[in-house]
Amino acid sequence: MTETIIEVSHLTKRYAGHRAITDISFSVARGQIVGLLGPNGAGKSTTMRILSCFLPASSGTAIVAGHDVFRDADEVRRRIGYMPENNPLPTDMRVREYLKFRARLKGLSRIQSRERVDTVIDQCGLEEVGKKVIAHLSKGYRQRVGLADALVHEPELIILDEPTIGLDPNQIRAVRQLIKDLGKQHTILISTHILPEVEMTCSRVIILHKGRILASDSTENLQRKIFQGGPVIAEISAPLPELSECWANLDIIQHADVSPLDGEYHRCSLTPQNGVDLRPVVFEQVQRHGWTLRELTRGKHTLEEIFVKVIRGDKEEEERL
Amino acid sequence: MHVYLTLLRRELGSYFMSLTGYVVITSVLLLLGVSLMDVLNKLNADPTELPLTEFFYITLYFWMVLLLTAPVITMRSFALEKFSGTYETLMTAPVSDLQVVLAKFSGALVFFLITWIPLLVYLVVLHYYADLNPATLTAPLVASTFLGILLIGSLYMAMGCFASSLTGSQIIAAAISYGLGLTLFLVSLRTMVSMPSTGLEAKVFAHLSMIDHMREFARGEIDSRWVIYFVSLTIFFLFLTLRVVESRRWK
Repeated sequence: MTETIIEVSHLTKRYAGHRAITDISFSVARGQIVGLLGPNGAGKSTTMRILSCFLPASSGTAIVAGHDVFRDADEVRRRIGYMPENNPLPTDMRVREYLKFRARLKGLSRIQSRERVDTVIDQCGLEEVGKKVIAHLSKGYRQRVGLADALVHEPELIILDEPTIGLDPNQIRAVRQLIKDLGKQHTILISTHILPEVEMTCSRVIILHKGRILASDSTENLQRKIFQGGPVIAEISAPLPELSECWANLDIIQHADVSPLDGEYHRCSLTPQNGVDLRPVVFEQVQRHGWTLRELTRGKHTLEEIFVKVIRGDKEEEERL
Repeated sequence: MHVYLTLLRRELGSYFMSLTGYVVITSVLLLLGVSLMDVLNKLNADPTELPLTEFFYITLYFWMVLLLTAPVITMRSFALEKFSGTYETLMTAPVSDLQVVLAKFSGALVFFLITWIPLLVYLVVLHYYADLNPATLTAPLVASTFLGILLIGSLYMAMGCFASSLTGSQIIAAAISYGLGLTLFLVSLRTMVSMPSTGLEAKVFAHLSMIDHMREFARGEIDSRWVIYFVSLTIFFLFLTLRVVESRRWK
């Protein structure tokens, strides 16, 4: 199905004194998991708040599930499940009680709500804590309660604002797995400032920076764009002069940085000349010299570097045109 | 309708799940208890022909209960949700602003009325165990007294909800609502301390004087002017609250 579920065009939101988002347009097809990626203050939460009908846009339109978020807010709200940033929950309620309250609030009948609450409790792994007061839950469980709330009325679209923020690595893994599972049946829009999260869960990425869309692409394409020509780090057991000489003789290596590690091992940080993948080259050299290779990885990218890359990429394209 | 009832149940539930609810109930019990002791002392000193319900208004305790509990009951209604962020989940559910305002208001009002149940119990006890002139304590008297409590309670709850909708801090909400409530009370007090002579001024103050209105209710005299006075002010403050809640749409 290629039906679009979110259609945003020329959306702008001005707060007193500054613009949170400026003229953004994108669309999301049904069945995708889409990530909104950007540093803090990029306009992710504002975009999500507009899509969930909490805030109105200053100009532009957004159509969610076939309804305008401003004119048909009620219809839109019925069709989406939204979990705000930091997942606010009333601390005085019990888990099952809260989910039931939310289900009733979202228009489910008594019988429907009982069924759905049972289903989402099962889906989100909340059986053990159903009778616990929310205040006494760990953050991981609270996050699941928030997800269960977003799911309880079987929405067409789920909007999650930073769903893994503040969790420990185990909980993050569990929540990501849950989101992935949900993605099989629902369309999901999540926001995050963590790149690997997008790589792991999303099929499409929209990168926001300072209120504008920098890139909107499939995760694969974006990965290629980002990692193509990136630095490579290799840990090799070899004499230092031999190593330095080898890298210096290779034309495709622009810059090599070799530093000693334990024993015979050296850490080589290699930057390629022009967008070449250096990994096969390194392996070839290791094989030829009979060295020992114990690690070969691509250098880690920070979000800032990605922005630089994406912006540069765009400029190059423009120049080519 | 069922959304409204769901919200109302949640509001009422939150009063009984929080410490604030029990603190309010306890302090009202204490004040009403002292008030009852006063009434009993007076009755023992000299028998009276005045309606018994009126005695509860002559003491300051009634007004203390109203002025002190109203801000505490209503301060959490919007401010706590804004503070904890649950306001966002609430307002992104398919509920209308009017439903939310009405549920918050009526939840507070029902809780306020619950805190007055002890008074009813006292009156029943007096009826059965005190040697009274039967005319001083009749069902219509009690009914009109509670109508007065309902009306003035509505006004104060509406003012409190309005104050709470303005801010994300419960303390500021309580301060605003206490300020509003006290102002209205002091205007009423003005007619008791030094009544303006005659003319327009006297008329205006007589109209505003809640203390006089409440005394009439306690005497069993239901004047439609005062009913309209309280109801219209309540609606006015609820309307303001609704506007504030809606304002995030055009800010």
